Amino acid sequence: MNIVVCIKQVPNTNEVRLDPVTGTLIREGVPSIINPDDKAGLEAALRLKDEQGAHVTVLSMGPPQADAALREALAMGADEAILVTDRAFGGADTLATSTTIAAALKTLPYDLILTGRQAIDGDTAQVGPQIAEHLGIPNVSYAEDLKVEGNEVTVKRQYEDRYHIIKVKMPCLITALSELNQPRYMTPGGIFDAYREKEVKILTRADLEVDDTAIGLKGSPTRVWKTFTKSLKAAGQQVTLDPQESADYMMEKLREKFII
Amino acid sequence: MDFELSKEHLMARTLFREFAENEVKPLAQEVDETERFPQETVDKMAKLGFMGIPLAKEYGGQGCDTLTYIMCVEELSKVCATTGVIVSAHTSLGSDPIKNYGTPEQKEKYLKKLASGEYLGAFALTEPNAGTDASGQQTKAVLEGDHYVLNGSKIFITNGGKADTYIVFAMTDRSKGNKGISAFIVEKNFPGFRIGTKEKKMGIRGSSTTELIFENCIVPKENLLGAEGKGFGIAMHTLDGGRIGIAAQALGIAEGAYEETVKYVKERKQFGRPIAKFQNTQFQIADMATKIKAAQMLVYRAALAKDKQKRFSEEAAMAKLYAAEVAMEVTTKAVQLHGGYGYTREYPVERMMRDAKITEIYEGTSEVQRMVIAANEL
Repeated sequence: MNIVVCIKQVPNTNEVRLDPVTGTLIREGVPSIINPDDKAGLEAALRLKDEQGAHVTVLSMGPPQADAALREALAMGADEAILVTDRAFGGADTLATSTTIAAALKTLPYDLILTGRQAIDGDTAQVGPQIAEHLGIPNVSYAEDLKVEGNEVTVKRQYEDRYHIIKVKMPCLITALSELNQPRYMTPGGIFDAYREKEVKILTRADLEVDDTAIGLKGSPTRVWKTFTKSLKAAGQQVTLDPQESADYMMEKLREKFII
Repeated sequence: MDFELSKEHLMARTLFREFAENEVKPLAQEVDETERFPQETVDKMAKLGFMGIPLAKEYGGQGCDTLTYIMCVEELSKVCATTGVIVSAHTSLGSDPIKNYGTPEQKEKYLKKLASGEYLGAFALTEPNAGTDASGQQTKAVLEGDHYVLNGSKIFITNGGKADTYIVFAMTDRSKGNKGISAFIVEKNFPGFRIGTKEKKMGIRGSSTTELIFENCIVPKENLLGAEGKGFGIAMHTLDGGRIGIAAQALGIAEGAYEETVKYVKERKQFGRPIAKFQNTQFQIADMATKIKAAQMLVYRAALAKDKQKRFSEEAAMAKLYAAEVAMEVTTKAVQLHGGYGYTREYPVERMMRDAKITEIYEGTSEVQRMVIAANEL
């Protein structure tokens, strides 16, 4: 079984602050990590490898420093790592990103593609499902559990108030939640091998069959008009009521303000 | 000359730091208060390869280097000096002599299990009347056919009662003095071997420190480590390596106390402002930071020397002497800057101060380190 895990290197948002003027993340001095949902996807792949044997490839699209995230994945036990990187991919929104990643995936053998649900620096949850669309394969998102039997994956898909059990035939794409598992630690020897024995393969613009208008800034229909941090305008009110009264109270307040 | 760590060393440090924060720190206070050996942590470390970091892959080790191992002891000791010394004693004292002096059969039989963490290792040189003067060994080993018979006792043995194998030193020929000392690999279940009293200590209270008793203990001839009469040299060379481990433990303790103190002085307010705003605090912090960095340089230099040079005893002695004294000084200042709270168990610095003291004593006192350094300098 060939498993490809898509990972993103993100700033550790536990340690990140926002620039009060521009409303953007201050990235300087913030350590980079593998996006937690993606890391759960990687752990799921490594467990399948331990249990039934699999070749696990990790793939990331990003700047050259994303190499560290891929080496970390290798140190956890991934077999192969690919970095999709080129100036031409810069400024990509989720559509251009998923187009580029899908083009890279087309160069690889895969039965199962695992991605995280969403990245903690963007929170869109769009890239995984979009990749599946580009590749024309089924997608099950929000996996909190998954099992592989023969050619089928059984996924427990999480909702706010329920879950669905879905069976899907491979090849398919699953987006993982960080609740899926507790990712393993690297090993010291794994780290040394990741840097001294293994390679991170580079794929650039020239290696992908994709239209120039579909990648980078040109391929990105999303335009950010403004980003800002919401500030507190007035002190809130606190009331203690039973659930029914609370609902009535809130409805009344929303009506008062002409919100509903 | 390059003071930058390689990418693999930086990533290894991240790994050790995460493990220490998530798995070790939450247990540190309880392990200290109840004098409990943290077996569950040792099991986790074994699974992750922490028990064989500098050992070659052919023996089931991680195939890294001494610096990586040292950084592991440093990061563990930042949050729990007990856990740091378990790894240090196991690796430097319990495994290294077999790597350096063992026969291929001994390596196959013992080193593989030590490197994988299936076995825990220990080292037994000190006796009631042979501390700094290690040549005064009273434990005897007499060859009888296909085995040696050991009689005597050892004290203050780290990992005692928890280890599976012990490197034990004994006199095979008293008339030859130091040249009559030999080293043996003793398994915990060998007949005539038992664990004696467990010490109640000031610090590193979760580390199991015990007496070992040999009463007609039968040790197969093939468990002689190195040649007969070479034990003293094996012990001294092993301790040179061990000192780098203890230096790393001391460094970690100092760093841990320093980090706690930086956090505290920024939060603690007196006279209407954080005590970090007072020049006394600032000067203390500056001295602590500078000395810790100097200690780190000496410790890392000794680790690099061990991998590159045949002789590194002076580098190791300097690293241990300095790091241990810095650990004592920094932890004492940390308690002082915490004031009354620092003297309570509500904050970890009092534990760190108690833990620091042993680094000036074991694996060669600071006085012994000065003797080693002076002997190299004069």
